[in-house]
Amino acid sequence: MRFTLITGRTVAQGDAMEKGKTEEEFMKACAIVELDPEDMEKLGVREGDTVKVKTSEGELVLWVRKAPGEQPGVAFIPMGPWANYLIGGDTEATGMPPYKVVDAEITPERGKVPSLEELLRLYTREEVR
Amino acid sequence: MRVTHRDVVCSFCGTLCDDIEVDVEDGRIAEVRHACRIGTTKFLSASRHEHRLLKPMVRENGRLKEVSLEEAVERAAEILAGAQRPLLYGWSSTSCEAQSVGIELAEVLGGVIDNTSTVCHGPSTIAVHEAGFISCTLGEVKNRADLVIYWGANPMHAHPRHLSRYSIYPRGYFRERGHQDRTLVVVDVRRTDTARLAQKFVRVQPGRDYELISALRAVVNGRKLPMDEVAGVSREDIEELAEMMKSCSFGVLFFGMGLTQSPGRHRNIDNAICLVRDLNTYTKFVIMPMRGHYNVVGFSEVLSWQAGFPFAVDFSKGYAWYNPGETTANDVLQRGECDAMLVVASDPVSNFPKPSVENMLKMPIVAIDVHPTPTTMVADVVIPAAIAGIEVEGTAYRMDVVPLRLRKVVEPPEGVLSDVEVLQRILERVKEIKG
Repeated sequence: MRFTLITGRTVAQGDAMEKGKTEEEFMKACAIVELDPEDMEKLGVREGDTVKVKTSEGELVLWVRKAPGEQPGVAFIPMGPWANYLIGGDTEATGMPPYKVVDAEITPERGKVPSLEELLRLYTREEVR
Repeated sequence: MRVTHRDVVCSFCGTLCDDIEVDVEDGRIAEVRHACRIGTTKFLSASRHEHRLLKPMVRENGRLKEVSLEEAVERAAEILAGAQRPLLYGWSSTSCEAQSVGIELAEVLGGVIDNTSTVCHGPSTIAVHEAGFISCTLGEVKNRADLVIYWGANPMHAHPRHLSRYSIYPRGYFRERGHQDRTLVVVDVRRTDTARLAQKFVRVQPGRDYELISALRAVVNGRKLPMDEVAGVSREDIEELAEMMKSCSFGVLFFGMGLTQSPGRHRNIDNAICLVRDLNTYTKFVIMPMRGHYNVVGFSEVLSWQAGFPFAVDFSKGYAWYNPGETTANDVLQRGECDAMLVVASDPVSNFPKPSVENMLKMPIVAIDVHPTPTTMVADVVIPAAIAGIEVEGTAYRMDVVPLRLRKVVEPPEGVLSDVEVLQRILERVKEIKG
């Protein structure tokens, strides 16, 4: 199903970040995608299920969370290393990458959400240096 | 013994709340009052030393190894002085005093210096160059504003006390009944937790803010819209919002990343500033960016004093050169135009997009920070620092460009220096190497 991907701050992400980004709480706050309840029904997924989020830049398995309010067609991932693995670099000569309004394909997928180390390994394709 | 520090400034977000009470017991922070969830955690986690960076580290044979501060400073200086065009990035979560040393270091190195503005309100700064700026202090908002609009901003998550301290809930000189004397409007693509508090929520289609602002300007200026809806918003809603804006006595438009990071970027802000300018024909209206990091504004102030420009300055030509799109951190990284990085109080490995991170990982990185982050995990030199506003004093600028003095409430962990001291040591050694 096609979505418009938005990334940004959540209070849980900010709180977990200040506790420590290497803690499990940070992953639980960031490695998620918030969806509209009706969109979740259309996808056939429930809170806590995993989905594959794919953009032109890459794809990741993330946990689904129900959005606090309605947001039809919009998928939201809290800012952080998981979100940014899906974000491209075109700044349109402004310095600002496209962190918001990105085309994404989301499909139900039973898979493992990568940990922080596993995510960094996707970049380096080796042990974290 | 328990000591209570009052009116402490919280060094998390650009709201820079200055009414925090911190109880210190046996040299550790025991309790925090008045701060939001994130601010409370920031204070309390300072005293959880097991989760802090405590020892300088240098990478050897692929692994980070604890070394003396002298060795770490030496290695950092060698990397930076040996680079042709290093990128010095971060700076928004430290004091103006540290920023000032960092800017001198960039000049001595002939490097590029940029701060997190580049990925938050850099586009707003570009728009201000184009269109000017009509703003005020948060004190004026508290005392005067009767119409408060958040556009593409979700302060209930990013600036949790913004509404209660300044914009909606406080009783002001001319707003004696607090929120009963004010109207809250939220424009967003999602019904956020802030939108749920609003008297009017306007759902704009993603990426179409510019059109909606243009439609509002047309209506404010007396035109009749020829179409039934713009950007997913009905003509009736646009007319109602335009009338609310024209008929208030003091309106404020707070805007966030929803405008700066969406298609249009600086053009969205340019148009929003022009809308506010148009509204001043009818009433008093101001606009203010919701600045994220607690001292992101301070960096632009200090860089403007020392180099004449607000962010993204390149010293590699031997003088200060500013050209967003060319000298901005992500553009420099993606074109592969830098060969080493100094990261101070920031985590670009988490917060930069994939193509920038891929290039970052190809070059040596020196990181100065308080906690382990993905950036310190991949860095070649890691130097721990004391937390400004908790363990060291300093100056920071609030989102309305009001400077506040950061306080010290506890001692830093043993042997851990401030950003200022670490940067001064690197600067001294770089000057020696460069001769």
